[in-house]
Amino acid sequence: MNLCVLSGKGGTGKTTVSVNLSLLLGYNYIDCDVEEPNGFIFLKPENVMGEDVRIDYPVIDKAKCTLCRKCAEACLFNALVTTKSSVMVFEKLCHACGACAVVCGADAVSYAQRKVGRIEQGISRGIAVKRGVQDVGEYMGVPVIRQLLSRLPEGNNILDCPPGTSCNVVNTIAFADRALIVTEPTAFGLHDMELAVRLLRSRNIPFGVVVNKHSADNTLIQDYCKENRIRLIGTVSYSKEAAVAYSTGRMLTELPLYKKEFEAIALKIGEVR
Amino acid sequence: MKIGISSTGNTMESALDPRFGRCAYFVIHDTDAGRNEFIENAARSASGGAGIAAAQQMIDSDVGAVITGNMGPNAFDVMKNAGIKVYRCADADIETALKLYSDQKLALIDSAGPAHAGMGQGGH
Amino acid sequence: MELTVLSGKGGTGKTTVAMALSQLAGETVMADCDVDAPNLYLFFDGEDIRKERFSAMKKAVIDTWRCTHCGRCEAVCRFGAITGGKVDVYRCEGCGACTLVCPESAAAMRDEKTADAYVTRTQNGYLTRAEMEIGSDGSGKLVTLLRENAKEVAAAGSLIITDGSPGIGCPVISSITASDIVLIVTEPTQSGFDDFVRVAALCAHFGISALACVNKYDINEGVAERIEDYCRRHDIAVVGRIPYDDTVMRSVNDLKPITDYPQSTANRAIRQMWENVKAYINK
Repeated sequence: MNLCVLSGKGGTGKTTVSVNLSLLLGYNYIDCDVEEPNGFIFLKPENVMGEDVRIDYPVIDKAKCTLCRKCAEACLFNALVTTKSSVMVFEKLCHACGACAVVCGADAVSYAQRKVGRIEQGISRGIAVKRGVQDVGEYMGVPVIRQLLSRLPEGNNILDCPPGTSCNVVNTIAFADRALIVTEPTAFGLHDMELAVRLLRSRNIPFGVVVNKHSADNTLIQDYCKENRIRLIGTVSYSKEAAVAYSTGRMLTELPLYKKEFEAIALKIGEVR
Repeated sequence: MKIGISSTGNTMESALDPRFGRCAYFVIHDTDAGRNEFIENAARSASGGAGIAAAQQMIDSDVGAVITGNMGPNAFDVMKNAGIKVYRCADADIETALKLYSDQKLALIDSAGPAHAGMGQGGH
Repeated sequence: MELTVLSGKGGTGKTTVAMALSQLAGETVMADCDVDAPNLYLFFDGEDIRKERFSAMKKAVIDTWRCTHCGRCEAVCRFGAITGGKVDVYRCEGCGACTLVCPESAAAMRDEKTADAYVTRTQNGYLTRAEMEIGSDGSGKLVTLLRENAKEVAAAGSLIITDGSPGIGCPVISSITASDIVLIVTEPTQSGFDDFVRVAALCAHFGISALACVNKYDINEGVAERIEDYCRRHDIAVVGRIPYDDTVMRSVNDLKPITDYPQSTANRAIRQMWENVKAYINK
């Protein structure tokens, strides 16, 4: 079973909830926020092994190329230009779709590979801890996410999503059986959470909500959930103590109050179905 | 020789468009025949690589020089590779830009402007 | 002059800072390029003066009448987007390879609507923003459009403040290319620091100079010091240190800029920061 944790707005506590629940539930932790993966800071996995993420890009055989321009015309990403003397390849624009090879009548197109990111996996207190890391300066996170999720560890996994509702998130939740939305009780938190709700509903993925930075006098999110028949799974209290623990990469469950709150959430996870 | 000019419209009175990849039209001026042709910039709405696609249109139009405001590094690489000279022109209409060119008052661009490389990158 | 505000990590206070700076700068144009989570318009009671349909890309469609289920498109698609003659729009990358191999001309590329883009007149200038279709692609090109719209409505010499996305991917790259200067709003947490380093590296990669501001610096002064030390070694000016202040949360819930709260310590620190930022944007 794959439980996806998403948020809409960034910085609401997706990673905090993901890492603490992973350890409590014994689920493997998969960091899919490949642009800014932070889960390892808290779980500190050991025996980390890695592999590169590589994608294809075309190489044109000058001896065979007839400069017919078909490849440049076929490339809808404008990664190819045919001049009077050669075909120029702009590999960062290439999506590795293979269209250029399909149209080349001279068999001049072959593919080489370049690195766009990395997958790393280790162990932390009995669970597998895995992440994808997109290289700085690369545009596309999706190839990293797809490779990361194509071979998931056995058993139950928590997928820590990127923020927002972009293609990176869409590609992550394609692997989700259930989902948790982590939000904060602010106008921004609510606004962006609604986008996440719409995304999950459009994919028929059952989900519940966790309110982070909760304080008793603010029921903004609780009221919204009640009105929209959304299952509230739990709350994580706001305190400066929690913010300080987070800042040093400590697990919140090391603090007694938070241990209780996360245990309550862990017990109710089964209600998301 | 033919000259390509990035333009905001399809008349000789139109203002030069300082953007190369995403300009509205290209004026192709034939200095020998004294003729002007207007082509729509098909790259304008490209998801990504508009400069590269616009550069391909310049090559296909067989121009020897381009007059524009700014050009990103990818398009500039193509121009260099294809042996097309690039001239910079500030606020002017097309007629004036051509006059400035024939009076040799335009400066050659010898390095690319700020990187817009891959801007857009539709798909992600 | 365009100032792009970034953060790397989400939730560090990027939007709060961008909004405050726009208030202090007077007449400004803001571009809300955090297109996945656009929050700036919530602050304004503005009037939309332009709305345009935006399409970032084409996606494949297969004409079921013409399709003979030969399977060629399925075989050529490297994204696994076609099964049984049907296109999964979320997997389709819009490459058009299927249209190249279809013997019946049943596969075609069609524009996909991905957003509505707006120009909004506000109390102190303009705001360009968008509402994206849920889960749609092409946010990079949309960011480019919002910045172009901002330039179009900005009076000569006026300041454009661009509020970017978290992360370092396509929409972020699109929000910094050809920008004049970047302000990175970070927080003194291990995650904030790690993400700050990645976004600072991105700016360096594209040759854009960056300023830094440490928000909530007193949550962990040790990490704050390490961030500032990193900045010193990488030629990034630290223009602001904002203390943790509960008023910020209140201002977000009141939907008012923090500059409206004279007693707020964060407000005072941001005003101080604006004086420092001005020195860089007037250069």
